Amino acid sequence: MADRTSGGTVARDLRIGVDVGGTNTDAVVLSAKGEVLARTKQATSADVSSGLHTALTAVLDQLGDDVRRVGRVMLGTTHATNAILERRGLGKVAAIRLGGPATTSVPPAQSWPADLSAAITARTAVLPGGHYVDGRPISKLDPGALRAVLADVAGEADAIALTGVFSPAFADQELEAAEIAREELGDAVPISMSHEIGTLGLLERENATILNASLYRVISAVWDGLQHTLAERGLDVTTYFAQNDGTLMAIDYAVRYPVLTIGSGPANSIRGAAFLSGLTDAIIADVGGTSTDFGVLYAGFPRESSAGVEIGGVRTNFRMPDILALALGGGTVIGPDGAVGPQSVGYRITEKALTFGGDTPTMTDAGALAGRGAPTGTPVPERLHGVLGSAVRTADQMLADAVDRMTLGKTDQPLIAVGGGAFLIPDALDGVAEVIRPAHGDVANAVGAAIAMVSGTIETIIPAGEGRREAIAEASGVAGRRAVQAGADPAGVEVVEITEVPMSYLPEPALRLRVKAAGPLGNL
Amino acid sequence: MTLDDVPALARGCAILGTGGGGDVETGTLTAVRAIDEYGEVPLIPLSEVPDDSLVLPLSGIGAPTVAHEMLMSGEEPLLIRDEVERILGRPVAAVMACEIGGSNGVGPVGWAARLGLPLVDADGMGRAFPEVQMVSMYVAGRPVNLVVLADVQGNVTTVRPIDGLWSERISRAVCIASGASALMADYVLTGAQARGAVIEGTVSKALAIGHAVQEGADPLGSLCATLDASVLITGKVIDVERRTGGGFVRGSLVIDGTGDDRGRLLRVEIQNENLIALEDGRARACVPDLITVVDAQTAGAISTESLRYGQRVAVLSWPCDPIWRTERGLATAGPRAFGYDIDYTPVEELNHG
Repeated sequence: MADRTSGGTVARDLRIGVDVGGTNTDAVVLSAKGEVLARTKQATSADVSSGLHTALTAVLDQLGDDVRRVGRVMLGTTHATNAILERRGLGKVAAIRLGGPATTSVPPAQSWPADLSAAITARTAVLPGGHYVDGRPISKLDPGALRAVLADVAGEADAIALTGVFSPAFADQELEAAEIAREELGDAVPISMSHEIGTLGLLERENATILNASLYRVISAVWDGLQHTLAERGLDVTTYFAQNDGTLMAIDYAVRYPVLTIGSGPANSIRGAAFLSGLTDAIIADVGGTSTDFGVLYAGFPRESSAGVEIGGVRTNFRMPDILALALGGGTVIGPDGAVGPQSVGYRITEKALTFGGDTPTMTDAGALAGRGAPTGTPVPERLHGVLGSAVRTADQMLADAVDRMTLGKTDQPLIAVGGGAFLIPDALDGVAEVIRPAHGDVANAVGAAIAMVSGTIETIIPAGEGRREAIAEASGVAGRRAVQAGADPAGVEVVEITEVPMSYLPEPALRLRVKAAGPLGNL
Repeated sequence: MTLDDVPALARGCAILGTGGGGDVETGTLTAVRAIDEYGEVPLIPLSEVPDDSLVLPLSGIGAPTVAHEMLMSGEEPLLIRDEVERILGRPVAAVMACEIGGSNGVGPVGWAARLGLPLVDADGMGRAFPEVQMVSMYVAGRPVNLVVLADVQGNVTTVRPIDGLWSERISRAVCIASGASALMADYVLTGAQARGAVIEGTVSKALAIGHAVQEGADPLGSLCATLDASVLITGKVIDVERRTGGGFVRGSLVIDGTGDDRGRLLRVEIQNENLIALEDGRARACVPDLITVVDAQTAGAISTESLRYGQRVAVLSWPCDPIWRTERGLATAGPRAFGYDIDYTPVEELNHG
């Protein structure tokens, strides 16, 4: 083949993207030019591994001899989310907070659902430490007290979660405490530091850090499953995990920050839709059987949510894509008066929908009748035409409202429709310049995983007046270094986002600053 | 007050916060923890506080962002109570909220639990205001007398300011030295001094609001009925502008009417709290009357910090406590106290007159 280099070696220029969703496991193979060479959609298995194995095997088989050209595998998964929801395979965590004498009014994990707390927390402790908003220590770190807690949990805790007051701005104590924990417990017990996981807001960041620590084993198990399949096929490839902001983590990084995979599904859909359509700014509608997820592509990345997110009843504040979920999909049931949803026949659509010979009017039937999607298999009874027509008008209004909310009133943006139910989106929608339906849109999430870049972020507090520029430059440097640490090519790293938010009631005007840098993967 | 009351109280306090007053979440967790550990808190009317016993008004002071990160130690109420009793030489009978709006409305439940004291069904604002002197006790002319602050380290600072304005200035400076967050008591009054100088029934009102929003089939309707509030507009947020100045987040919000309000625009001026609602250049409601923005469906309060384009909202307004409508009340917290060159007109006259 033309892509093979001379000298008998084979170019390793193919990438596999896999997305393990709640229902389906999708996989694609992309060429260096971004062509989809192979693709599959398989049912997700309860153990994740066998479904992953089936999907990978299916695309590898489609490649034939070109299997040897595969150089990288990128995996997006909602497995960590499901592990939390089902309390399965979670590790026991020692949650240590550095903040005393401050913060003792609310101990770690207080607000957690009792069963989740019981499943996860081996021990919680509030030790002297932490910083004031201006960087002065609240207390010095107390190595003796820390060592005593660590000795107490040795053999019982599978992981350590460290959270210091104002650590996103001043990380030194968390780093020092992590060093001590490694001395005491060795490298086998992983350590999560909150400044690398969440933003300001102590309890939410601490929650995210504890969840992260409890997920090490879960994510390692997924990784082992992937490695097993790759080894079975004799493939020596580099593997990555997709994270919430639509960028990748090198595997050693992902194993340290598994909680950052939790929102990777929607993020991958958005990035995949962007890639397949060639756009960098757009609205994305990912239409499934029961819901449509709207996201915003901004400068090539998913716009992030400014509000916190709740996972399994626990409030957290790490970065997640800003998603608006609408109870409208192909299987959405239409009532006798034309009401749209929120009930859905979901995966049973092929037996229930009228078009498939069933007895339940669904959005798929309404869409087909309106000339969207495939022509109807079984004709829809004429007496239902009025009801279905009215449902389509209602659904279009719901879609237009959702678009309006996500675009913040900017009416000139294109909308990229992806997912199995993309045909439900009309060709013209209020507030949208153009509706784009890229090829392979139904596996956009796997494509998104395959093409993802690598990023690093930092959040800190900086002066609003003098020193602001220098502080932003310094933070940009840190974000860039974090991107490189996660696997980015140092030559290609750029700052892609700077957010400044003013803080109130402070003596000196101050800003919360967030900087994100991203770049393409380094060469193999 | 039981554990089950705390979430309802928090919802009510968020609505009485009129967009400001800080996030109620941390205060809720602190209160839940304290009740769990130290027991339930009796809610008592002011009439049950003996004439010569002390009422301890408590509030958090500082930057909400800091309070959300550097939580209190939990011992601050004890330090303040001990200092007050030592200086004034008589027992503290009950805790009171300085402001019922926002996080400072929920916090006192936890502080009272920590002290093993009842909570007086009253506060000093009936809502949320940004400055220390903006309390009914100041308007009623009670001496500020004694101000005590305690911080996370256990530092206790006692101030004897000459009036409420100096109390604001010095307390703010002490708070900053404490890392921009502290607990404070000011306007420590005897039961006799408190009568006529505080706004009574506001804790039960916040609870009633919280229950109305939570339990009704029509949350917005129940909320309006509970507050006796006018709906100024129902519509969509189409513009949010924020800037900082003088320690406050200032800005404005524009709502485009939907349904029966189609074609109307309402603008709300913000300085931490929602202060003035304007339509066609004319005030529809102004401070110290209460203006709050709620989610049109759930009737949950939306703080000025979480306002966003596209939210479907209802803007409600209802009358403030009569003490704010006095000459001194309006001088303290009327439109001109916040720098707006407009005369105060009661909300019920603006909308029914």
